[in-house]
Amino acid sequence: MSAPTYDLGKLHGGLRLEGHKSESTAQAIYRVPVPAQLVLPIAQHVGDAAQPIVGIGERVLKGQLIAEAYGTLGAPVHASSSGKIVAIEPWPVARRYGDNAPCIIIESDGEDRAIEPAETRPSYDSLRPDVLLSMILQGGIVGLGGAVFPTAQKLMQAVTCELTYLILNGVECEPYISCDDMLMREHAREVLSGAQILMHALSLDVAYIVVESDKPQAIQRLAEVMGELDDERLVLKQVPTIYPSGGEDQLVQLVTNLEVPTGGLPTDVGCLVQNVGTAAAIYKWIADHEPLVSRITTVTGDGIAQPMNVEARLGTTVADIVNFAGGYTERAQQLIIGGPMTGKSVTTDRVPIVKATNCILVLSEAPSAGVERPCIRCGECAEVCPIQLLPQQLFWYACADDESKLRRHGLTDCIECGCCDLVCPSHIPLTADFRKAKGRMQELADEKARAERARQRFEARSRRLEKEQRERDSELAEQKEAAKKAGPAAIAEILKRKQQQSGDD
Amino acid sequence: MTRMWTAILTIALIALLAGLALSYASCTLPAESSGLIEQVNRLLPQTQCAQCGYAGCRPYAIAIVDDNAPINLCPPGGDATVQRIGALLGREVLPLATEPQARPTVAIIDESRCIGCTHCRNACPVDAIIGAHQLMHTVIQSECTGCELCVAPCPVDCIGMRSLA
Amino acid sequence: MSEIIVILVGTVFVNNFVLVRFLGLCPFLGVSRNLEAATGMSLATAFVLTLSSASAYLLHRFVLVPLDIEYLRTISFILVIAASVQFTEIMVRRMSPLLNQVLGIYIPLIATNCAVLGVALLNVQQSNGFAQSIFFGFGASAGFALVLIMFATIRERLDAADIPAPFRGTAIALMTAGIMSLAFMGFSGMARPL
Repeated sequence: MSAPTYDLGKLHGGLRLEGHKSESTAQAIYRVPVPAQLVLPIAQHVGDAAQPIVGIGERVLKGQLIAEAYGTLGAPVHASSSGKIVAIEPWPVARRYGDNAPCIIIESDGEDRAIEPAETRPSYDSLRPDVLLSMILQGGIVGLGGAVFPTAQKLMQAVTCELTYLILNGVECEPYISCDDMLMREHAREVLSGAQILMHALSLDVAYIVVESDKPQAIQRLAEVMGELDDERLVLKQVPTIYPSGGEDQLVQLVTNLEVPTGGLPTDVGCLVQNVGTAAAIYKWIADHEPLVSRITTVTGDGIAQPMNVEARLGTTVADIVNFAGGYTERAQQLIIGGPMTGKSVTTDRVPIVKATNCILVLSEAPSAGVERPCIRCGECAEVCPIQLLPQQLFWYACADDESKLRRHGLTDCIECGCCDLVCPSHIPLTADFRKAKGRMQELADEKARAERARQRFEARSRRLEKEQRERDSELAEQKEAAKKAGPAAIAEILKRKQQQSGDD
Repeated sequence: MTRMWTAILTIALIALLAGLALSYASCTLPAESSGLIEQVNRLLPQTQCAQCGYAGCRPYAIAIVDDNAPINLCPPGGDATVQRIGALLGREVLPLATEPQARPTVAIIDESRCIGCTHCRNACPVDAIIGAHQLMHTVIQSECTGCELCVAPCPVDCIGMRSLA
Repeated sequence: MSEIIVILVGTVFVNNFVLVRFLGLCPFLGVSRNLEAATGMSLATAFVLTLSSASAYLLHRFVLVPLDIEYLRTISFILVIAASVQFTEIMVRRMSPLLNQVLGIYIPLIATNCAVLGVALLNVQQSNGFAQSIFFGFGASAGFALVLIMFATIRERLDAADIPAPFRGTAIALMTAGIMSLAFMGFSGMARPL
């Protein structure tokens, strides 16, 4: 396997950040033992929450289906270990909206017995692609880079487009996070075999495995395994260490020099991007029959005694993992689930590890602290924006709540990477303002849709009433016609009857 | 003397020619304004509640465009609608004439008292109430716009408004 | 050819009708709140200016001068301008009812726009030929459009900015117009004595 290629497209803006990754990559991945209690939210993915199919008191085995995928966009949830279901109730989770979510709580029995596979599965390359895709759906596989989009649905949409490249995202550009780095170092074969399965499912001939230049050991290991696999469809590519080159659209631009159109997907330019962790999870499910029940997570920051990477079962609480990593130091101030740029700050460590948890970060102070001051129109934010937006203008229009201007300046394209926040000399929380403005835009769009529906119903009703009126009028006219034709004798008869009636009243 | 008459006649002639040309132009190039009414109608919230004083949203839109009616008469639309209409037509943005309700509301029928008289069903401008004569009526909550036109016609006072929030 | 370039550069930059000669300030401040209205207004004014400067020249050369009633210049030019404006209003109403609503009263006000009468009278004063008159009118309307659109884009941004309370509204707009005028006065250095 030759050295990785370096002929790439250009990314606008972005920042070179301090990696802070060496603390957590100094040792191998540790396996966290199965805790006494596992808390599994039913909504660990984008889309509709899964529906529990187990009851309280039921005994389950590791890998058993405990919640079914629901709706057009969903993924199932599997038990991370064997034990008894003790509750299905709200529990604190690290989500963007709301602090509690329904979770299935399992008390583990310590035996960790796995469920037997229903039938022996043939090798993946003998399966038809659509069969392979529906199998992936059953494994609960979602995007493990943090977006947690259900992988099966993403692949099913992708096969309807003309694809040229499969791109495996091993970039991991955000500081502190190193789980993908360690995955590639220790499980390179699973990653590359997963790529082969994906290529078969999508009928592709080229897969780019993209790694940032600050991961030389991962690159070396991948190159070694590629040599062993001897599959010339797999190509290793190296990108410079710039945040946020790991974003989907940014990666496509870097690797293929094709720009994903605004509001579009990478499949519009013939590319499909998958995180290396997702590829490894696909391999584990298809080849080893193990659904997504554990993941590698980085525990790091200057608030953690022993920063490391751990492989933990989904449902293990952050408290358990922090204990495993030596506990908190005295400097610990902030707990962030995710990275310093895109992660969410949480107030309790009872939250469980879910499919999206790539990092547990305990810091001594917030990443971009400072008192907010007025905008001095320096333009630094526009220089670093990877989407080439104008954060300064977006900020003013967000303050003025001008929805049409925000749309025209491309607010919907903002990936909320946080680069503009970091460089702003006035410490304006730009990313948070944009998130609020996006919410407001969505509200207005919903209101408009509702008004449109009401207008259509109103007009339909008006038409119905008009039609009824016309029918009544024509009936009346017909009756008059008939009466005229019947002749004066009939009219006299009717008049007599009317007189009698009024006489009776 | 002739100079004065030349002057008067010249000006009169120019004016006459210009007038003729203009009247010809205005006859052969008619104006159309119905598209504008539709644009204004689309900006209104379509609750058909008649709180603006006009019979519905479209009559109000017609009044705004044709009769220069004030644009701040729609409480369900709120300040946002006034701003949007002002931006579209270049009119001054005024504060709302009547304050809107604090939260969106929907109608709800107390089923223990409903007698199936169909008065509320016929009053609803968007057909959000279903029910046949002398059978139970119910409000389709997702279609209800909160216009409150159904509350008054009920003879047994079994329909009321409930806040959504 | 070079004469036409001199006329155009002169009317658009050096002697800009709005910022240097201070004519046509009413629509400049009244229609510049948003860009669509400003663009529509500049097109309407350009139409009127070109039409009326051509008609005014023809009227002057073939009617007023031969009949020796040049003293009726002002009133007859106003007649022609008013007719052009009325025609423009009919056209605008036909082509874009929205623009008609947006510009509202400012379309008939083009008749009282001193820039339009100014162009007609300046053509006579400078004894321009027919082609020169047309280009003079066209340059005047190009200069008017340039400045109006520039001002409208600035005002749109001013609407969203946090302006201190004493300056909000017309005050900051007039200050901006003043600064723009200062900038355009810099062009007067281009008119060197030959």
